[in-house]
Amino acid sequence: MWESVIGLEIHVQLNTKSKIFSPASTDFGAPQNTQACAIDLGMPGVLPVLNEEAVIMAVKFGIAVGSDILDNSIFARKNYFYPDLPKGYQISQYEIPIVSGGCMEIITNGKSKTINLTRAHLEEDAGKSIHDLYPNESAIDLNRAGTPLIEIVSEPEMANAEEAVQYLKNIHSLVRYLGISDGNMQEGSFRCDANISLKKKGSDILGTRAEIKNINSFKYVESAINHEIERQTLILDRGDKVTQETRLYDPSKNETRSMRSKVEANDYRYFPDPDLLPISIDQDLIKSIKDNMPELPSAKKTRFIDQYGLNEYDTIILVSDRDLSEYFENVLEDSNLNPKMTANWIITEVLALAKKTYLSVKDYPVTSDNLRDLLLYVMDETISSKQAKEVFERMWENKENPRDIIENEGMKQISDINELDKIVDNIIKNNYKSVKEYQSGKDKLLGFFVGQVMKETKGQGNPKIVNQLLKEKLKK
Amino acid sequence: MDTIKFQRSLTNMHNKTVSELKKYIKEKEISSLELTKHFIDRVKNIDTQLNSFVSITEEYAITQAKKIDLEISKGEVRPLAGIPLAQKDIFCTKDLKTTCGSRMLENFISPYDATVVEKLNHAGMVIIGKTNMDEFAMGSSNETSYFGEVKNPWNTEYVPGGSSGGSAASVAARLVPCSTGTDTGGSIRQPASLTGVCGIKPTYGRVSRYGMIAFASSLDQAGVFTRTAEDCAILLTHISGYDPKDSTSSRKEVPDYEKECKKKFTNMVIGIPTEFLDGLDDEVKEVFEENVKVLEKNGCTFKNISLQSSKLGVSAYQVVAPAECSSNLSRFDGVRFGHRADSVKNIDDLYKKSRSEGFGQEVKRRILIGTYALSAGYYDAYYLKAQKIRKVISNEFEQAFKEVDLILGPTAPDCAFKLGEKTNDPIAMYLSDVFTVSTNLAGLPAMSLPMGFKNNLPLGLQIIGNHFDESKILSLAHHYQQITDWHLKKPEISGD
Amino acid sequence: MNKETIIKISDLAKIDIKDDQIDDILTSLEKILNLVDEMNSVDTDNVTPMSHPLNLKQELRKDEIKVFNERELFQKNNEHTDNGYYKVPKIID
Repeated sequence: MWESVIGLEIHVQLNTKSKIFSPASTDFGAPQNTQACAIDLGMPGVLPVLNEEAVIMAVKFGIAVGSDILDNSIFARKNYFYPDLPKGYQISQYEIPIVSGGCMEIITNGKSKTINLTRAHLEEDAGKSIHDLYPNESAIDLNRAGTPLIEIVSEPEMANAEEAVQYLKNIHSLVRYLGISDGNMQEGSFRCDANISLKKKGSDILGTRAEIKNINSFKYVESAINHEIERQTLILDRGDKVTQETRLYDPSKNETRSMRSKVEANDYRYFPDPDLLPISIDQDLIKSIKDNMPELPSAKKTRFIDQYGLNEYDTIILVSDRDLSEYFENVLEDSNLNPKMTANWIITEVLALAKKTYLSVKDYPVTSDNLRDLLLYVMDETISSKQAKEVFERMWENKENPRDIIENEGMKQISDINELDKIVDNIIKNNYKSVKEYQSGKDKLLGFFVGQVMKETKGQGNPKIVNQLLKEKLKK
Repeated sequence: MDTIKFQRSLTNMHNKTVSELKKYIKEKEISSLELTKHFIDRVKNIDTQLNSFVSITEEYAITQAKKIDLEISKGEVRPLAGIPLAQKDIFCTKDLKTTCGSRMLENFISPYDATVVEKLNHAGMVIIGKTNMDEFAMGSSNETSYFGEVKNPWNTEYVPGGSSGGSAASVAARLVPCSTGTDTGGSIRQPASLTGVCGIKPTYGRVSRYGMIAFASSLDQAGVFTRTAEDCAILLTHISGYDPKDSTSSRKEVPDYEKECKKKFTNMVIGIPTEFLDGLDDEVKEVFEENVKVLEKNGCTFKNISLQSSKLGVSAYQVVAPAECSSNLSRFDGVRFGHRADSVKNIDDLYKKSRSEGFGQEVKRRILIGTYALSAGYYDAYYLKAQKIRKVISNEFEQAFKEVDLILGPTAPDCAFKLGEKTNDPIAMYLSDVFTVSTNLAGLPAMSLPMGFKNNLPLGLQIIGNHFDESKILSLAHHYQQITDWHLKKPEISGD
Repeated sequence: MNKETIIKISDLAKIDIKDDQIDDILTSLEKILNLVDEMNSVDTDNVTPMSHPLNLKQELRKDEIKVFNERELFQKNNEHTDNGYYKVPKIID
């Protein structure tokens, strides 16, 4: 009966060194209020001066999603009182944003869909209010105040939580490809508000929407949206109306609750900030950004499939993270490694350990050079893939290179036929009874013989050769 | 410092101009310390009758003067070395109180210097005090100050004008050779006119606004008060210029205004807006017209022009300025600095009580009007309309300056009014800016200089120039002061 | 403009107005609005609003950190700070 319509507003902290309007550091995690300068504190008489890099980053994003980059975009003041908003207004863009339009392709259940962007604008972040430090007071830390943000607003074009999450993941991946944000969701560098409404199936008329604020993980976005759809469905099913309001998602209870109607009652009194002038965008800047644009996820995906013959599933995983895709290509570099086998290794072994140890690609203890060497040992059958997994775990743990581990542990695979021949002969000689049983049709016993050989070779016998030799010799 | 070697007597120093004092210090005829003490003594003795200072920065001044004297003894002479100055209390001064005439900032000690302050300190000037002003520069009579009204040195029953009333009165009474001011709708020129001194408001963007507590950011501009046009030129040269901390400041090169104003006077075409004289007080008109004659005799060509929309200046101003101020003053919320109310129930209570106790009536009135003008449903009718009127006014000036070099008129519609006369009538008060606001809306430079008297109260002549034409304005003003002596008249209160 | 408007804008502006002051404020604001309404005598349909006196473009700053911790200085005269935090009455959302 009902169809859900979802639009997302994503706040992305840009990873500039200094703040958008002040020369104070944007580093995360400094002691409270040590990175809030006179401008961030909104002291009397101080003035904002725009950070060039923030503009460049916003333009990069706009170009990457095919938007129009607007010349003469202006900053406006959004006026409201809140203790973590020092000036009593947030400097944002209202009438004319720097980035207008654009789109993002998403694939869910094997189907591709284009989500249009309304706009992306530059603004400053607020500080933080901490409510649980003092019994009767809230504590204010303004270190984050003035950190540059782009707010990316989508059209309400997503039909379900899955699409919304995919769109969010694509934007997340893109900003990291562009190098304009670290995308760290735990630290709040990438946050999302979701607008959700329901409409009658097939109808063009949108229902009343609720906005869910500040959802800070992909998982929460999914559950918050699903929960909100459920809540609205119940309301509409019983014939009631959804109220337009802002809601907060509580992950511990998996529910959304109203943030009172306070935000709606506000009248932000936007007007052009008289301390700042229209931003002029130089065509040379646009050209140089275009010329230096890194390969973006969609292009890289196509290339990986064409160039390496990977399947779509594996490609999406590798390409979703710029660092991971580069790691993959670095492993392959100048080698005759099989790309499929390499991709497989990364997706199963590497990502499993990375997940277990909470490490991102930049912090992998196994360098792409070392992983390449390891896989080459597998390819030339110096070690078995089973051995390789053991070696890899040790490499991850101790940052050792594979050659040292293999040599020190004498782990080299025995592929010398003469050597194995002798061992196999010996085993056959000493297990007369089992040989007879095998020869009378008990094929399963092959495993027993392999085991014996492996025991004798301390697990280093090349399983392929051992199998081959055993089969040949047991026939007689 | 040994004072015996300085030959010049101090008794007359308060009657000297910046230009003269500069010479005496450089020639070591007088020390900065002596001069500083002399002026501080005068403030202490005379200002009890005027209330033009909010604070006397004696200790700071003496340290600074000694430092400058030491430099001079080593042969290092900064361009304005050792000359005492008063800073309007809207400019942030590091380690000194900066109150902005408000209870809100009664105990605020600025952690930084405004760019104007930094520049004048760097030029070697000595701040002897901070001057009284209308609260947050909102007023035209200096009666809205939390620290009491300032009195007009020519007659202490009258207002000195505002908002930079303290700065104007202190120069008029010769408590200081010069002072700084800010002008959002006439706040330098109108008090200059009412107290009989020179005051210049440069082109918007000529002088950095950094550290100058904002009233209406797109209108505010810093300037100076002196007794002569030449002194205005000297000081303006030092405060002007691009400031990387103020992105609305101009990169246009700063001329040496002192040289410029003294260049051989060339014939100028001067426009007189007929609208400025329509319905003008007879006596004011008479004084103005006599001055026109004087200038005509001395090589100026006059031409009637029309600035039809300038009469709407006050209306547009009363939207733009409050709108911007309503937002600019939101930072005074009692949390990080400024007045904080006691025993509050919750955060809303903290805001409302702190702001209501910290701000005076006029400030609150403007915040409310501004909030209204920006609020949903009224933005187009008020704020946007005002910004359009602003464009119309600006266009008219642009047209006028195609035909004339400068525009001349009275600075204010009348001489000073009595204390309390207009306090209950905000509209009458606002209309005393009728000739000054339009130039702020258009961002033009303008200056007021003494042109005569009415009822023993001074009248000011306003010269308006095109953007960045300060040199022309100062040149006409300097030339005028070579052929007239209004700028030499002094109020009785200043003594000999 | 009416009393409700005054109450609404004073709440937006966080200015406390006592009940017995509302009428006075209403009267004085109405006077100002009457003055302001004179703007309507000029047709401005085709006029571009001017939000800035000079036709300048925004100057940009290089992305450099130029100021460092001055917390002590900024909090020097503020009694309502603790351990570097600013303190306000508890906010309940």
